[in-house]
Amino acid sequence: MATENPSPSTANEGQEVASSKTPSAMDTTPIQLGQIEVLQILNEHGEVDEGLEPNYTNDELIDMYTSMVRARAFDKRMLTMQRQGRMGTFAPNLGQEACIAGQVYPLLKEDWYAPSYRSFGAQIMRGWPMEHLMRLWAGFHDGFPPPQDVNDMPFSIVIGSHVLPAVGIGMGMTYKNDPNCVVVNYGDGASSQGAVSEALNFAAVYKAPVVFVCENNGWAISTPTEKQASSEHFAKRGVAFDVPSIRVDGNDLFAMIKATEEATTRARNGEGPTLIEAVTYRMSLHTTADDPTVYRKDSEVEAWEKRCPLLRFELYLKSKGVIEQHDIEAIATACDEEVIEARDKFYEMDPADPTEIFDFMHIEMTEELKEQKDEYLKRLSNKGVTDE
Amino acid sequence: MSKLTMVEALNLALAQEMDRDSNVVLMGEDIGVNGGVFRVTKDLQSQFGENRVLDTPLAECGIVGTAVGMAVYGLRPVVEIQFSGFTMQAFDQIEQNMARLNNRTQGKYTVPMVLRTPYGGNIRAVEHHSESREAYWAHTPGLHVVIPSGPRNARALLAAAIRSDEPVIFYEPKAIYRAFREEVPDAPELLEIGKANVVQEGSDITIISYGATLRTCIEAAQDLEEDHNVSADVIDLLSVSPIDTETIATSVQKTGRCLIVNEGQRTCGIAAELIARINETCFEYLEAPIKRITGFDTVFPYFQVEEHFLPECEEIVSTAKSIVAWE
Repeated sequence: MATENPSPSTANEGQEVASSKTPSAMDTTPIQLGQIEVLQILNEHGEVDEGLEPNYTNDELIDMYTSMVRARAFDKRMLTMQRQGRMGTFAPNLGQEACIAGQVYPLLKEDWYAPSYRSFGAQIMRGWPMEHLMRLWAGFHDGFPPPQDVNDMPFSIVIGSHVLPAVGIGMGMTYKNDPNCVVVNYGDGASSQGAVSEALNFAAVYKAPVVFVCENNGWAISTPTEKQASSEHFAKRGVAFDVPSIRVDGNDLFAMIKATEEATTRARNGEGPTLIEAVTYRMSLHTTADDPTVYRKDSEVEAWEKRCPLLRFELYLKSKGVIEQHDIEAIATACDEEVIEARDKFYEMDPADPTEIFDFMHIEMTEELKEQKDEYLKRLSNKGVTDE
Repeated sequence: MSKLTMVEALNLALAQEMDRDSNVVLMGEDIGVNGGVFRVTKDLQSQFGENRVLDTPLAECGIVGTAVGMAVYGLRPVVEIQFSGFTMQAFDQIEQNMARLNNRTQGKYTVPMVLRTPYGGNIRAVEHHSESREAYWAHTPGLHVVIPSGPRNARALLAAAIRSDEPVIFYEPKAIYRAFREEVPDAPELLEIGKANVVQEGSDITIISYGATLRTCIEAAQDLEEDHNVSADVIDLLSVSPIDTETIATSVQKTGRCLIVNEGQRTCGIAAELIARINETCFEYLEAPIKRITGFDTVFPYFQVEEHFLPECEEIVSTAKSIVAWE
C-alpha cells in the first residue's frame, strides 16, 4: 500500500521537510489545474463519433441494450406495484439506464460495486435476482444482503455514507495485492457531504483502486444542482485531490463504458482512483413519495426526453442494421415477461419473520439481547403471532 | 513478566497481535514515526512497515469509514482516534456502517475492527480532550464497548478486541495511561469481552465503576475498610456494552446496597443504566436506595477547575457510608 505523505509542493522535493514551510522556498509559479476532458461517443441523435466508435459484436450490442430495457421494465413494474400498495417506497432509475449499465459493464465478478439506492439496473447486471431487489424495496430484511456470490455492498440510505467504506475495500485490495477494483456511485447531492470529499482524498493518498461515479442527475429531491454547488461541473472536485477526472455524457452508454473501462484499467495497474462525472437526468420521481411537479417544470423534463439513453441506442442499432423495429418490440416484451416472472416469484416468497430482528446484531448474541428477545417473543405470542 | 504502564501494555498487545495476524493493520493520525500522541503505537511502524501502520489524513470520519471497508474486505483494522472528543467527527460512520453492516447484510459482511481512543479528564487539556461519552456507544446497537482499568487488563482486553469479529469501541482511560505499573506476562493473555471483574470482595455495599475512576473506588474501599469498618464488593465493569448484569446482580443481592461511580455525564449515563438493571434484578434485596456519583450534565470543565468535576475518594467514602447507614 502506498503510504507516502502527499507533498505540499512538488518544488520542495528532496529537501528537508522544515524548509518547505519557509517563505523563501515557496514556489511562486502559478498552479495549472489543467483541463477536464469531456466524453461523448453517441449523441442524442444516435450519431456516433467514428473515431471513438467501439467494436462490439452484434450480440454484445443487443445484450447491452437489453440491460437498459430490462432496467426500465423493472422500474415501470415497480411503480405499478407501489401504486397498487404492493411495494414500498423506492427510487426509480428512469432516464439513468445508460449511466448505471455503463459503470458496471467493465467490472469482473471479483471486483466490487458499492451502489447508491438508484442503481437497480446495475444490481441486476451484477447478479441480483430481480425478486431479491423487490424483496429489498418491499421492506424485507433478507432483501438487503447481496447474494452470496456477488461482491457488492448493500446500498446506502444515508447519502454518501457508503463512499468511504468503498475506498476502504479498495485499500484492502491494495494491501492484499489483489488486482481488482471498486466502483462506487453517488450523486450531485452526495457530493456536498464532507465524507465524499474525505473519500476522494483517502483514495488519492493511498492510490486505492476505486472508480468514483458521480451521477449528476440534476436534482437532489427538490434541490437543483445550481443550488447544490456553485459549479455545475462535479468533475472538478477530483482535480483538487489529484484524482484524474472526466465529465461524461451519462446518457451515452458507449461513453460510460469507455470512461469506466479506462478507470478500471488504471485502478488495476496500481495507478489509483478516477472520478467520472456522469451527466444524466432523473426523469422520474426522487422516490415514489415525491411529487416533482411541485418544484420543476415539465418543459425541463421534456427537453431531457429527447436525450433518452435508450432512444439514441436504438437509433444507432437500427442504423448499423443490428436490429429492426420488431426486434425492439420483441426485446421489450421479453423484458416485461422476465420482470413479471420475478414479480410472481416475489409474491410467492415467505412472509417476513418477525423473530429475526435480534439475530444479526452481533455474531454471537449477547445475554442482554437474549433476554430482550425472549421478552419480544412473549409479546408476539400474546398477539397471536407465531414464531415461524 | 515485566512491569508495564498501560501505554506499554497496549503497545505490547498491538505488537503481539500484529505479529500473530498479518491482517491486523493500524490506522490513525500521527501513529507512525510519531508513535501516536500518547506513544501507544511507538516503534510499530518501524517494526511492521508503513503498509501496516498507516499515518492517515486528518479526518476521523475518513479513518473510520475506510477502516470499515478494509474490515469488510477481510482485514482487522485497529483505528486510533487521537482523543475521544474527536470521535464525534466519525459518528456517521460508526452509526451507519461500523455498528450496522453485520445486521444490514444478515452476517454476510462482518466488521472486525477496533476503534481505540483515549477518553476522560484529569490531564489538564484544552476543550474536547477530556470527554467520557461511552454512553453514546453503549446506546448504539451493534457495538461492543470496552474500557480497561489497568495495564494488565488493558493488554488482555485489547488482544481480545482485535481477535473479536465484532466491531469494538475501546476506550482508554488516559488519566492512568502512565499512573502506575503492573506485572504483565510476556505470553499473550485474553479476557472475555462482556465480563466484569470483582476486584475485591466485601459484604456491606457494592461499588461499581470502570476506567480511571475504578482506581479512586479501590482507594475509597480501602478507607472504608480501614477507617469506617465498611467492607465493599468492588466491581470493575470492563465492558459497558454488553454489561455483565449477572455479576452485578449476584453482588448486590449479597450486599443489598450499591454505589455507582463514573465520570461521564449523569443523564442517560452508564450509572443510570446500571440502576435500572439493579432495579429489575435486585429490587427485593435492596436495603437502601442506590446512589451514583457521576460527572454533571455540563460540558467538561476547562482544566483550571476540572478536579472538582471528577468523582473524588472522599465523596465516594462519605456517600458509601450514608448508603450503609440508611434505614
